[in-house]
Amino acid sequence: MSKINSINDFVIKFANVNGSGSASANQMFAKGVFRSGIPVSPKNIFPSNIQGLPTWFEVRVNEKGYLGRRDGIDIFVAMNPQSYQKDVSELKENGYLIYDSSWKREFGREDINVLEIPLTKLCVQEFTNPKQRLLFKNLGYVGLLASILEMDKEIYVSLIEEQFRGKEKLIEPNVKALNIGYNYAEENFKDFCEIKVQKSDKTDGLILTSGNDAAGLGCVYGGATVCAWYPITPSTSLAESYNKYSEKLRVEIGTDKNKFAFIQAEDELAAMGMTIGANWNGARAFTATSGPGVSLMSEFIGLAYFAEVPTVLFNVQRGGPSTGMPTRTQQSDILCSAYASHGDTKHVLLIPSDPKECFDFAVEAFDLADRLQTPVIVLLDLDLGMNDWSTKEFEWDDSIEYDRGKVLSKEDLDGIERFGRYLDVDGDGIPYRTYPGTHPEKGAYFTRGTSHDEYAGYTEDGVKNAEMLSRLLKKFQTASSLVPAPVFNQEKNESSMGIIYFGSTDCSMQEALDVLEDQNLKIDAMRIRAFPFNLEVWEFIEDHDLLFIVEQNRDGQMRTLIMAEGGIIPDKLVSILCFDGQPITAEHITNKINAHLSGKPALAAS
Amino acid sequence: MTYIVKPKNHHPLLEKNKLGLTRRDYEGAVSTLCAGCGHDSVSSAIVEACFQLSIESYKVAKLSGIGCSSKAPAYFLNQSHGFNSVHGRMPSIATGAAMANHELLYLGISGDGDSASIGIGQFVHCARRQLNMTYIVENNGTYGLTKGQFSATNDLESKNKYGDDNLFPSIDLPSMAIQLGASFVARSFSGDKEQLVPLLKAALSHKGFSFLDIISPCVTFNNHNTSTKSYDYIREHNDALSKPDFVPSGKEILTDYPKGSSIEVPLHDGSLLALEKLSEDYDPADKIKAIQNIQESQRDGKVLTGLLYADPKAKDLREILNVSDKPLNTMDREELCPGSDKLEGINSGLR
Repeated sequence: MSKINSINDFVIKFANVNGSGSASANQMFAKGVFRSGIPVSPKNIFPSNIQGLPTWFEVRVNEKGYLGRRDGIDIFVAMNPQSYQKDVSELKENGYLIYDSSWKREFGREDINVLEIPLTKLCVQEFTNPKQRLLFKNLGYVGLLASILEMDKEIYVSLIEEQFRGKEKLIEPNVKALNIGYNYAEENFKDFCEIKVQKSDKTDGLILTSGNDAAGLGCVYGGATVCAWYPITPSTSLAESYNKYSEKLRVEIGTDKNKFAFIQAEDELAAMGMTIGANWNGARAFTATSGPGVSLMSEFIGLAYFAEVPTVLFNVQRGGPSTGMPTRTQQSDILCSAYASHGDTKHVLLIPSDPKECFDFAVEAFDLADRLQTPVIVLLDLDLGMNDWSTKEFEWDDSIEYDRGKVLSKEDLDGIERFGRYLDVDGDGIPYRTYPGTHPEKGAYFTRGTSHDEYAGYTEDGVKNAEMLSRLLKKFQTASSLVPAPVFNQEKNESSMGIIYFGSTDCSMQEALDVLEDQNLKIDAMRIRAFPFNLEVWEFIEDHDLLFIVEQNRDGQMRTLIMAEGGIIPDKLVSILCFDGQPITAEHITNKINAHLSGKPALAAS
Repeated sequence: MTYIVKPKNHHPLLEKNKLGLTRRDYEGAVSTLCAGCGHDSVSSAIVEACFQLSIESYKVAKLSGIGCSSKAPAYFLNQSHGFNSVHGRMPSIATGAAMANHELLYLGISGDGDSASIGIGQFVHCARRQLNMTYIVENNGTYGLTKGQFSATNDLESKNKYGDDNLFPSIDLPSMAIQLGASFVARSFSGDKEQLVPLLKAALSHKGFSFLDIISPCVTFNNHNTSTKSYDYIREHNDALSKPDFVPSGKEILTDYPKGSSIEVPLHDGSLLALEKLSEDYDPADKIKAIQNIQESQRDGKVLTGLLYADPKAKDLREILNVSDKPLNTMDREELCPGSDKLEGINSGLR
């Protein structure tokens, strides 16, 4: 039997039953590899369910740092008989199947290597508590993997010790469970597996964290004091991260009181209302949601746009439309975010591509919202938000002040004859605002969603209203010079073809570009990081005859946005799409590009 | 909504309050509501209450949703910031605003459509969270701005102007508010300034969620003789529980109520709401009795008014969430940003 042979380059997939405690063991496996110095990209593929349904966990291990999802599984840890059939079919030829042989099975494939370990039996022998017997099977296979991959077992022992710091009694049984699998493999499967993990230094300067965790932390660093939210997958952990870090980092010494307010709202409408109310009153506030929440918040987003109230919203996109696939990933809220709400509205979008950028853009979102006095929507997706990524360490410059934008103080107001809330004093489309309670006689105004004049008075004068709408457009123009510029893959354009991509696609794109280059296909690439599009975006489009726009949605929403905003000829823009709820792969991108260039565009868009 | 600025000239002999301000200083733009609209009386009661309490207008935030009632904040307290939000969503705006700065006084003006229909969810949760604000529903039982459709507080037996029957029972907001945990609940009538002004003053002085349901007749669409929210009907059926008198902090109680017939509700700022009992069974500290009183009077075809329930010691949302005494909107980067050292610690925890 041939065996897949590789060092520090493989994909391992775990199949479990959800609610069985497997996710934390699988996470621990990934972290162990990360601590061995090799970048990993764990991905939890879970059902919208609490207990009993199949769930999977994929870890790509890649020393080169390719962290996008890759099809084809090298090692399958199949712990769920419900999904054996499907799982085994995903395994590559000469791959490895590990299963719980307490109940022996035949898998009907001659081209794979099967490793049998009677995990249930071993755990039943060693533990009496029924809960432990079930739970410890997971650590058992982590131990087994440490052995067959020739990893340093002590890494896992210290991960267990860290996990149970403060609950020391639990360390011993967990280490015992790890050893059950480890020792069994040492005795029975020495030299069985030809895939190895070898210590490396490729994670220097990297951390392992999720986009939601990073964005929540970014909100703490960015000075957000109010978070109003409503639970919805996959954004919940972003709000929870903010709360977790705030409880650690934002409690007043002496009084033990919170320098933040964390409010679980009754629905997304209220969450957005609270966010707007707090921002209106001079606090930095945000909410986090996903597509269905954005639909509900749209009326309020329009109010914040028209009344010019800074607002920060994180939209962690999931599979749509409607309730869609709550636990799968997509980038299908580009248009509904960019143009959320009725009437002529446009919103600033920030699109981070990894957790480090989630942190940075969270901070930047508050500065931009305050500076521009408008909603800023940070677009993550489930893959980026909920999965751990090997990402660059967070950085902070203590000398940088927050940009609170054009806010008038009492002293400022004293020097002004007549305050006009919506006067374009500086010609950049951005007016001045006041916080309630600033000045006894000056600066009060009426915030409203109805048509208003420069002094915030209600008006039904259509020309006035048109002027106001035009000024908002001017402000949006100003925004295009303030939002993060695109990232280019090349210093100078070298090709007549370009690729445009954004968000979590980045990791697969880096790999795809290398593959294309190996095929002697040099294509320029640009990662869009914000809307409105900056000048550089338009120049890149102008400079290329053919552009591939890579998106994880069905309709090519970014393409539509580019066409609509820039009047770009549709023929020039070719969609490369993936919308099956799985993160896009490098292979998918290269296949589609090659198919297009060979004149045989594939029909299926996923 | 109009924005007609009133002339600033005041008569030199106008009465002044502690701040040296006259009632005129608490006014707003000229109302564009129909002549005789109950809401205008409520606005003038608010002006009176704020004047008497010597409230600094600029420390008040006026918030509203959509509807005739929600236009009202334009007609009082010119020096206050106002926020005319979207339909039924004033409570969430107020919640966020109050979290940002608890030192302002939050005055929400809503209507029966705004609070009992489209915004009932936000009304419910705002009350339940004990937001420190005064929440007024100017209740006229009809959708005025859209020309006279039934609202959810319209009584079952009350026909509309065109003689159509109302098919559904009314929602009683004060009963709901009490059940939900509001710590100050009163009902009044726009035409009864003597009762309304002291109740407003008490509501504004109360720490916690103060809810005032004010029957405020719509002269245009719901003032006909088959309406149960007309001026005439309310005057005839008004059943006042008590005669309220607001006693500011530090003032001697001068009200001379007959012995055994008065109740005092001490408010957190040291002021007092003295109540002359008009009904024997009345005890505003008893939640269950309060709801019973409301239900019984409803059954008997009466409109119970006055202070219905009060718990002056209730905690408010900020206390429940243990939020700092320093307003969050005054905290700067140094107070809010944990800095690079802490971030390094976080980084090392993620390796």
